[in-house]
Amino acid sequence: MPIWLYILVSVVKSAVILFVLLTAVAYTVWLERKVVGHMQNRWGPTRVGPFGLLQPAADGLKFLFKEDLTPPHVYKPLFLAAPLIAVIFALTSISVIPFGNTVTLYGYDIPFQITDVNTGLLLILGVTSIGVYGVALAGWSSNNKYSLLGGLRASAQMVSYEISLGLSLVGVLIMAGSFSLRTIVDAQAGHFWGFIPRWNIFHGQFIGFFCYLIAAYAETNRIPFDLPEAETELVAGYHTEYSAMKFAMFFMAEYANMITVGCLATLLFLGGWHGPLFGPWYVQALLPVFWFVAKVFVFLFIYIWVRGTLPRFRYDQLMAFGWKFLLPLSLANLIATAIAVAW
Amino acid sequence: MLSIHLILFLAFAAVALAGAINLLAQTHPINSALSLIAVMAALAGEYLLLGAEFVAAVQVIVYAGAIMVLFVFTIMLLNAGVEERTKGSRVAVIVGIPGMLLGSVLVSWVLVRHSGTESVTVGVIPGQTNGWGDPAVVGKLLFHEFLLPFEITSILILVAIMGAVVLASKPPSTAAGGPPKEVKD
Repeated sequence: MPIWLYILVSVVKSAVILFVLLTAVAYTVWLERKVVGHMQNRWGPTRVGPFGLLQPAADGLKFLFKEDLTPPHVYKPLFLAAPLIAVIFALTSISVIPFGNTVTLYGYDIPFQITDVNTGLLLILGVTSIGVYGVALAGWSSNNKYSLLGGLRASAQMVSYEISLGLSLVGVLIMAGSFSLRTIVDAQAGHFWGFIPRWNIFHGQFIGFFCYLIAAYAETNRIPFDLPEAETELVAGYHTEYSAMKFAMFFMAEYANMITVGCLATLLFLGGWHGPLFGPWYVQALLPVFWFVAKVFVFLFIYIWVRGTLPRFRYDQLMAFGWKFLLPLSLANLIATAIAVAW
Repeated sequence: MLSIHLILFLAFAAVALAGAINLLAQTHPINSALSLIAVMAALAGEYLLLGAEFVAAVQVIVYAGAIMVLFVFTIMLLNAGVEERTKGSRVAVIVGIPGMLLGSVLVSWVLVRHSGTESVTVGVIPGQTNGWGDPAVVGKLLFHEFLLPFEITSILILVAIMGAVVLASKPPSTAAGGPPKEVKD
């Protein structure tokens, strides 16, 4: 492939994936309001467009046109930088996620992925760990006790649960023998006894998936681990002082992180884009992407379901659960997997 | 001839140096901590240029992502304010700066004279084989050839953790499970 074509393909892929991701973020918010509404015997958004489908556009316009306040007592450079840090690192990690198989177009192999690096998983973990600074610095630079407490809680919680998150992934890594997300997915092809798919969740990694699920909820600050923004005690936590588009950036970062976490769960535990293939060649080329999106959707639905079901933890419960239950469990899973693979 | 490697090397080096100087120049601890994160990230870029992608990723995850978060966390928790300005120590001017210059001249002289090659080329490691910084290769090296140093390092870190726990734990009278003492501010 000549270099100019390579650059062109990369730019087009990045633009398309960014557009799809931002749209998905907007409609995850709509999905959450709708599903939680029905769970609580309400309708959710109904007014703007059919089934309230244009609600995200209306929300976006509202965020754009609201007054953008910067309170006088904040530390300005970091107050302005914090939402940018949060949203940039939340969107960056999508760049190494593969959505489907490679398609051949005009004789060139084009993978459904912006770039395939052989340390893809480590890159996502690194980018996620840098994203903590957005929340922590927002809490500190707001110069407000509620914000500060929210920022402190967020950084303590994310550092604690990052360990369980990392350890729960190592079992999968041992079985695939690679950090490359494409190799990990390819290792999950095929079936047991002809009908159970050979996904890692059915292949001895159920406990790993369980640990990953819980740690991921804590990493993305979602209910029941949303103590950094517990509105009953901290007003709105780290984004108390933020308004208009700056607040919307934290919002986007949270939902983009949810989608990234869902993509990772799909790739590592649910077999990625593998699923039944049928029909003519163009359907066969697009079906893997459909299976991938469907699995991510199921994961997001569970996220919202949990939000509609569980109350919030107390802070000491959160820390005790993370260090005394989840960490030993993921360690035990890692050791058991290592012994089973070495056998 | 400027190769893309050299341009990137100089760019990352400039970021690292600027971050390090800013770290010293800033008066507020949180700005200094953030400059240190920039230095760490720039160093990760340099590792990447050397073909050590695993070390680069670990540099970002461990140093920039975990250790520095704890630094920032501590600064936030203690609410450390702006440090006071002093005029600087005389020892630093008389001994420190000439000593630093002498040290860096010595190191670069040794590197240029005794590295076996006449000129040092950036981006190419002498005797580099394919997949030099690959995670699998690094893992094999750590767990086969350098297993003993690796385990000794881990024991060293374990001792440090236990020391920190002992220093931070409450005195035995309150930690023994009796009724909680009156909490003082």
